[in-house]
Amino acid sequence: DPHLNIMYMYSHSILSCLQRPHQYSYPSIFIYGHRSSGKSHVLHVLLKELELPHAPVSCVECVSVALLFEQVLLSFFGADAASLLPRSPSLSDFVRVYRNQCSQSPAEQTRYIVMEKAELLRDADANLLPALLRLQELVEDNVTVILLSEIVWDKFRPNTGCFEPLLLHFPDYSKGELQHILSHDRHPSYSAEFYSSYINILLGVFYSVCRDLRELRHLPHAMNVAFTCFCVSSVKETDTHKLWRNMEPHLKKAMQTVYLREVSSLQWEKMQQMEEKESGALRGLSAHTHVELPYYSKFLLIAAYLASYNPARTDKRFFLKHHGKIRKTNFLKKNEKTSNHLLGPKPFPLDRLLAIFYSVVDSRVAPTASIFSQISSLVTLQLLTQVSHDDQLDAPKYKCAVSMDFICAISRTVNFEIVNYLYDFL
Amino acid sequence: MSTSSVSKGCFVFKPSAKKKKTALSLEDHFVHGCEGAENSELRFKLYFQQINNHQQNMFCLCKALQDELNRNILDSLLDFTRKCSSTRQHSDWASQMRASEIPTAALVLGVNVPDHDMTFQSLSDLLQQSVTPHVASVQAKECGALKHLMKRVLERLMDTVVDDEDEEEAEQTSAQLNKSVHCSLSTLCAWYNAKTKVSPPGKKRCSHVGDDLQSPPLVIIFKDLEAFNPRVLQDFILICSRYIERLPLMFIFGIATSPSTIQHMLPHSVSSLLCIELFQSLSCTQHLATVIDKLILTPQFPFKLNGKVMQVLISIFLYHDFSVRNFIKGIQLALLEHFHSQPLSVLCCKKKAALLNVMHLGPQDLERIRQLQSFKRYVEKQDPQEQVNLFTDDTHLKEVCQKLIKNLRQYHKNYYPILRCLHTLTSSLPRYPLGKQIRELHLICLDKNIWENEDYQSAMKLLKMLAKDQLIALLQRCEEILQAAKSKNIKMALTLLEMNESRRSKKLSPFEALRNEALEFIDSLVKSHLSAPESQTLNEVCYYTSSATVRRHLNATPRTSIQAALNIPYYYLQNDRLKTEDGIVSNAAPDICIVYKLHLECGRLINLYDWLEAYSTVVSAAEELMFLSLFSSARFIRAVSELEFLGFIKSTKQKTDHVARLTWGGC
Repeated sequence: DPHLNIMYMYSHSILSCLQRPHQYSYPSIFIYGHRSSGKSHVLHVLLKELELPHAPVSCVECVSVALLFEQVLLSFFGADAASLLPRSPSLSDFVRVYRNQCSQSPAEQTRYIVMEKAELLRDADANLLPALLRLQELVEDNVTVILLSEIVWDKFRPNTGCFEPLLLHFPDYSKGELQHILSHDRHPSYSAEFYSSYINILLGVFYSVCRDLRELRHLPHAMNVAFTCFCVSSVKETDTHKLWRNMEPHLKKAMQTVYLREVSSLQWEKMQQMEEKESGALRGLSAHTHVELPYYSKFLLIAAYLASYNPARTDKRFFLKHHGKIRKTNFLKKNEKTSNHLLGPKPFPLDRLLAIFYSVVDSRVAPTASIFSQISSLVTLQLLTQVSHDDQLDAPKYKCAVSMDFICAISRTVNFEIVNYLYDFL
Repeated sequence: MSTSSVSKGCFVFKPSAKKKKTALSLEDHFVHGCEGAENSELRFKLYFQQINNHQQNMFCLCKALQDELNRNILDSLLDFTRKCSSTRQHSDWASQMRASEIPTAALVLGVNVPDHDMTFQSLSDLLQQSVTPHVASVQAKECGALKHLMKRVLERLMDTVVDDEDEEEAEQTSAQLNKSVHCSLSTLCAWYNAKTKVSPPGKKRCSHVGDDLQSPPLVIIFKDLEAFNPRVLQDFILICSRYIERLPLMFIFGIATSPSTIQHMLPHSVSSLLCIELFQSLSCTQHLATVIDKLILTPQFPFKLNGKVMQVLISIFLYHDFSVRNFIKGIQLALLEHFHSQPLSVLCCKKKAALLNVMHLGPQDLERIRQLQSFKRYVEKQDPQEQVNLFTDDTHLKEVCQKLIKNLRQYHKNYYPILRCLHTLTSSLPRYPLGKQIRELHLICLDKNIWENEDYQSAMKLLKMLAKDQLIALLQRCEEILQAAKSKNIKMALTLLEMNESRRSKKLSPFEALRNEALEFIDSLVKSHLSAPESQTLNEVCYYTSSATVRRHLNATPRTSIQAALNIPYYYLQNDRLKTEDGIVSNAAPDICIVYKLHLECGRLINLYDWLEAYSTVVSAAEELMFLSLFSSARFIRAVSELEFLGFIKSTKQKTDHVARLTWGGC
């Protein structure tokens, strides 16, 4: 296995931990490293190869501690043991059941509990993490808890202090290591050497933006069509120079779309197949930003945008007919030199939104119930966000959550010159 | 209950005993407070027939329409699911590599969220019929936390009660009965394995559920993606991706705004677990156009809306909600109101029934006919002898009415084809003098005679400037429309048009003369058939006119009503003591009204003590005493807190003993 080969050093140190299964091992091991640095893979393969009893648990999946306890008991002692847990069990329930069970079937070799995404344990009950770290003592069994995390141990340590686990670090893969691993899942029809040089080209383009192995593995498959095209057309497999020249445009294109998942791999594949006939412009997800809204919703959104990005005291200047001559310098304050657009949207009360709405909308609008329901539907569409709590009925506060481009597009459709009403562009 | 001859006549169509029971209560509601009580029963029955008729026609039609409109997108979605589940079983290199991604369809449906239910319903029905029995749809409001989302998905996929620690007591009994299961995907996994093993495809349940599918996919539909808590969704996707090798999961995201929401909600690490394909549905204005085309621009239904009501419904659609469902609800409401408030609506039905009903009209109804504006206009045009006859002879009137009803029907039969013709001619003109959409043209025609409209004149001028081949193409399209309509009058027109064309193609005479001839002919067609419905005699029978009622019911103005109640308590309470002249506060009015009126005179901040004094002055105006009794100040405080509850004022910390006025109170 390429991972194991590369991670030899680290797997070696893990192995040394795992090697004497009949003796009590260290109560808890903490392994950390960036995403896709091979932590769980290496551990999984090792535990499987050595045929050690282990319970893999993902902390994301355990929405309640009950699920966690259940999974551990299930994989160590079978379904009967798991059913012994009461409804909404506490930690001591778990320990009790565990002790019971392990007195019936004592460990012949060390049992391992592998907890993935252990950083989520920090949000669980305060006593869970410290207890897991010394579970060996609590249940008086030869059990080791292995925590896998993307965060360093220092961020875990509770205020009250706890048992210090054995720390292991998985560093990121180097470029060479990545190439080695990627070359491994080649299509059987290509020679290893040739595929490796292809991967080398690929890494040359993408390594500067992405070092995530999982993402990089996704790319050769996305590029597969172009690659096979090349392979069919060219006779000599060894001509890497020609390969580079052929693949480069595809790679550049993929950098903009596939890598960002603007286009799913399936669509990308289809697109590449189509390309010979016509270069159909497949637009990515972010290209579709146009949203059709009812007429008054558009004006409500415009009013919200104005309320979010203009200081309240300038409303007079923009929305009163006879405001007199007020220049920008008149209301410039010392600390307000920075653009409001750089500072982001500010919250505003409902009153102000409606006042601006009624002055920007060109016709007389009755204050009907549907105007108000449109505000709340804008909130559910996440074009506005409610800042105050849901319970606050009088004078709720909102923020506008759309971008400048978006609001410009919207106001163009209703012939409203929004730039004339923005304080920043005065 | 009066049993006038009319109602006797209708007892023939008595519904079965069982139906009658349920209908009766409805009928009572309908008859209660109805205009012209003596034939209200009949009208109710007609209404019921129509609504059923309409419902069958109208609402089946709508469903069919919606399905038809969504056909493309639904088909492509079905294809997508099929393909996804079949590629899973392929073992070629590429699909193996993609196996770790969850296939996801991003379905962009537009902002009219209430309409989406129907689409999702037919989508999940179709999926269940032809792809997989395992479909679960979830809404954001029922999935506040990951646990709930998980629970809903499991429940809907497995059809069982899922164990949940929160609701211990309530579920204890049912949990014991149903052998509750823990809410995790591993449970689902076990269930799925058991399911696919026990019932191999080809069993009755999934008779034509793709026999080639060894493992039907599990489809999870997120109806309103935007409303989901991003955290919950992320966790759920992370969990699902752990199981994707064992469970053929599939997602469908219902998106109201734009697909880029996915990127806003999900970080790259999560969205890279999905293989997203985009599906875009038709815009809701296209839906509306089809609905109007099939429901309103057709002589099939005798019930019609006049221009103002149409305008109200359309503007609610365009300005407020974009919801086709609400638009149809509006038509329903108008239908109900029409039969409820217009006694002569007995004549608003199919031709035969209408003619029959004319014969059964009672003396009161005949009197109502004589009072109709359109009928009066008609009478004025008749010679004196005929006028007398019409006003005195009931049987003669009935005969005339029959004739008039036939005329009205004929008018409608001609109106719509000619309208479509005119639309095809004018819809491509520069700057759209008569509107881009046929509904705009229809509105103009409903309003008044179209040829009196300036835009019509300019449109005709523009038509004269069209190039030859363009004009011929347009005329040919008109011809097709007229041919489809097949009405007597129109057939004549058709021959004329054809003649024109044939002559033109032979180029026997100069093009311009012919063109003018053709356009004059069109003009004459318009003038004879597109006159405003209000000019038609007896139009009141079919046309619902009360736009104010529709507006009041569909587009309520709570603020205005509250202010009206506070300003003029007489408006709602109907107590003579409360009758006052404008601007004067009566001391008999409810406390809150007095307090409200007084607060209108104050500035942004109101001193409570001054307010109280003013209040007690008003209340104790009769007595000349100026003391603040404990009783009146208690009443004052109560009124003020009521006002605060309604949102007109709020307490403030800016000044002691002051409250602040709110601008948009009462909303």
